[in-house]
Amino acid sequence: MDKHTPSFPGPNTISHYELANGIVVLVHENPHVHSVVMTGSIDAGSLFDPAEAVGLASFVASSVMRGTRRHDFSAIHEMLEGSGASLAVSGGLHTVGFGGKSLAEDLSLLLDLLAEALRYPTLPANQVERLRGEIITGLKIREQDTRFMAGKTFRELAYAPDHPYSRQTRGSVETIGQISLEQLRNYHQQHFGPKGMLLVVVGAVQAQHVLRLVEDRFGDWENPNQPAPPELPALAPFEEARRQTVVMPGKSQSDIVLGFAGPSRFADDWQAANLANSILGMFGMYGRIGAEVREKHGLAYYSYSRVDGGLGPGPWRVIAGVNPANVDQAIEAIRAELRRITTELVSQDELADNKANFVGRLPLQLETNEGIAGILLLMERYQLGLDYLHRYAELVEAVSAEEILSAAQCYLDPDCYALAVAGPEPSPGE
Amino acid sequence: MADQVSHVSRHVLDNGLTVLLKEIHTAPVISWWVMYRVGSRNEPTGQTGISHWVEHMMFKGTEKFPAGVLDKAIDREGGIWNAQTSSDYTAYYETLPANKIELALQAEADRMQNALFDPDEVEAERTVIISERQGSENSPMFWLHEETRAAAFRVHPYHHQVIGDMVDLHTMTRSDLYQHYRTYYVPNNAIAVAVGDFDTADMLARIKELYGDIPSGPEIPPVTRTEPPQMGERTVRVEREGNTSYIFVGYRAPEGTHPDWFKLSLVDSILAGASAPGGDGLGNKTSRLYKTLVETELASSVGGGMYPSINPYLFSIVATVRDGRTPEEVQAALDQELERVAGGDITQDELDKAKKQAKALFAYGTESVTGQAFWLVFSENFASYTWYEQYLAHLEAVTLDDVRDAAQRYLRRSQRTVGWFIPVNAATEGDMH
Repeated sequence: MDKHTPSFPGPNTISHYELANGIVVLVHENPHVHSVVMTGSIDAGSLFDPAEAVGLASFVASSVMRGTRRHDFSAIHEMLEGSGASLAVSGGLHTVGFGGKSLAEDLSLLLDLLAEALRYPTLPANQVERLRGEIITGLKIREQDTRFMAGKTFRELAYAPDHPYSRQTRGSVETIGQISLEQLRNYHQQHFGPKGMLLVVVGAVQAQHVLRLVEDRFGDWENPNQPAPPELPALAPFEEARRQTVVMPGKSQSDIVLGFAGPSRFADDWQAANLANSILGMFGMYGRIGAEVREKHGLAYYSYSRVDGGLGPGPWRVIAGVNPANVDQAIEAIRAELRRITTELVSQDELADNKANFVGRLPLQLETNEGIAGILLLMERYQLGLDYLHRYAELVEAVSAEEILSAAQCYLDPDCYALAVAGPEPSPGE
Repeated sequence: MADQVSHVSRHVLDNGLTVLLKEIHTAPVISWWVMYRVGSRNEPTGQTGISHWVEHMMFKGTEKFPAGVLDKAIDREGGIWNAQTSSDYTAYYETLPANKIELALQAEADRMQNALFDPDEVEAERTVIISERQGSENSPMFWLHEETRAAAFRVHPYHHQVIGDMVDLHTMTRSDLYQHYRTYYVPNNAIAVAVGDFDTADMLARIKELYGDIPSGPEIPPVTRTEPPQMGERTVRVEREGNTSYIFVGYRAPEGTHPDWFKLSLVDSILAGASAPGGDGLGNKTSRLYKTLVETELASSVGGGMYPSINPYLFSIVATVRDGRTPEEVQAALDQELERVAGGDITQDELDKAKKQAKALFAYGTESVTGQAFWLVFSENFASYTWYEQYLAHLEAVTLDDVRDAAQRYLRRSQRTVGWFIPVNAATEGDMH
């Protein structure tokens, strides 16, 4: 039925520039829409947070839209919301990310406000205090969330305390309460800069015009103090299972996170690990784990696995929400599947199905501006090359069942894992 | 694309199935939806949650496609599929690469009549559904919403949540579920929509082949339990473990086809931030209630909602009380602002901004075939697909006098239900073992 077989974005349709100060800009023209989407990052994530001020990078990122040298809080948001546009800056582990969307004719407004927020935020004291209270309220709400508490506890078990991956990017009620205005301003001054900045624009725009707008707003940005991202500490050896239960009175369901430190996106076996994860806990409504835990035993509303594969050894986790009485049974079912995927070759049928899914889902992922922008950002961040989408099918097809087994054995272990459970107190008799 | 919002073709097959088709050729994908005109509003006491449970059973296989086969087949083709149950409908969809859409057309035709409801699968799904409800119960907002809604609707089935009451999830039988399926899953109670990269004549011909021979069913039982007039404000307190207070205020609001619906929807945008078919992702930092509650450091967030429902529902406002503040303080400030608005304090600039925001959101919403197909089928269910097509024209026609008048008539204390979530102390402990 398809009349068009549009080729995926590639070297001929993605415009790629590097500004003199190091900012990399990617633009993809999509004339079929009215909007434009912008996304990107700077190298100022919570890796830089001092141990006593965890949450600092995230707090700064959330503050920069609260007022700039040219516009106060009300003016910034009046301009955005009045035009039907949105722009947000938020802190992550490695990077501070930003994203915005507007009608195509308002791209210059988005870029103006992004440049002001990243380069010239004033971090006004009254706004910072208002924001602090909002963050603390949000953190307290999370403390009552079983899913969040299981995930947080898992990180503390899977990574050593000196590893940044053991921490919460958004910090805690205690650390956020103590961070001073001076710390926020110093952090911005030191860490926000053009080195490592990525900016992707996709929509009803012309690439040359976008480049001029970006050059005008960011071309003269320099920060000689901006440090390179710190090296991550080596992962601590893991010799036995580590388990922790968080009792949360009044809750009805227990959340389980069982997992490991996984591969980075740069790892040679990334594609094999990604396929292993799909077979384990994603494909066909949550893979083997979904079939065992949810479909066969009816133990859970959700049970699936995720491999993060970011800039460092992010987690590879199995996540499940189960009735408190079924926690042990669900954990055993999950471990049985971990044992299977680390001891047996996956079948040729499973392998073919999962490869077909990886390749076949691209048209849907690339349907919208957001989808294209997201993939372009990953292509640049992980240095996959502008022809990545053209090579993608080949890369996926090349992975063998033996490589999948080997990747699973490298990262997963049914006997030696980090396990966090958060849920209500056990009933009497259990 | 917004300029492609027209060109929908509507057909009714001899068996009563309504079909809407819209070609969009900008990407090689198609979204296929089948919506049944049944949701929690059709459920009697004792069978609350049955529509949602039947939705789950529709993924448990037919003879042609046993359980799990389609999950894999759709993933293999690079597609997505899912379903949703609301108060007013139960909907199923697949979005696939255009040359793979045959799979979706066959799957929905098959499960319109051949779902197995295997007794063992029904029992396994009972625990999954109970687990889904327990997952929701972990959230304070779920309890607040459930209790406030129950107080707001004494008679009408909007009284209960889509997931259903726990007691009914324990007692409903396979026979109840199957009866519900046979009653409501008939072509004369369904709407099918395709949006995307196809040829209308070819698509319609294939739909007729696959769906045209499915027999229609008896007339669908009407929902007769109309909610009586409200006689004064109702209040609810929910006291549970937690550490944050929330406020939910629901004003009686008209049904989606009522002329006042668009007026009140603009009041909602001005008070709590814009929304329109296509999303609500603009943020609401310039809205009246953000300024009243968040900028004054009483609440940490506030939002509002107007839902185009089949029967009269609620215009709702939800506020999260900021750490260190009390619900009494937030409620007082909220009431003061609502009274100001009800008294006519709305400006032309505010109205113009709300309309402009809706236009942008609407344009964004036309950029995915899945989103467009949803809005067509959704609006056909409670009104007509033209409700979606003419959304912006309806908004445009609303004047400042209209919104002032609507605010005055609907924002009345006697016509609202106010719920507070009051946290009682919950100590979270960790223990290593």
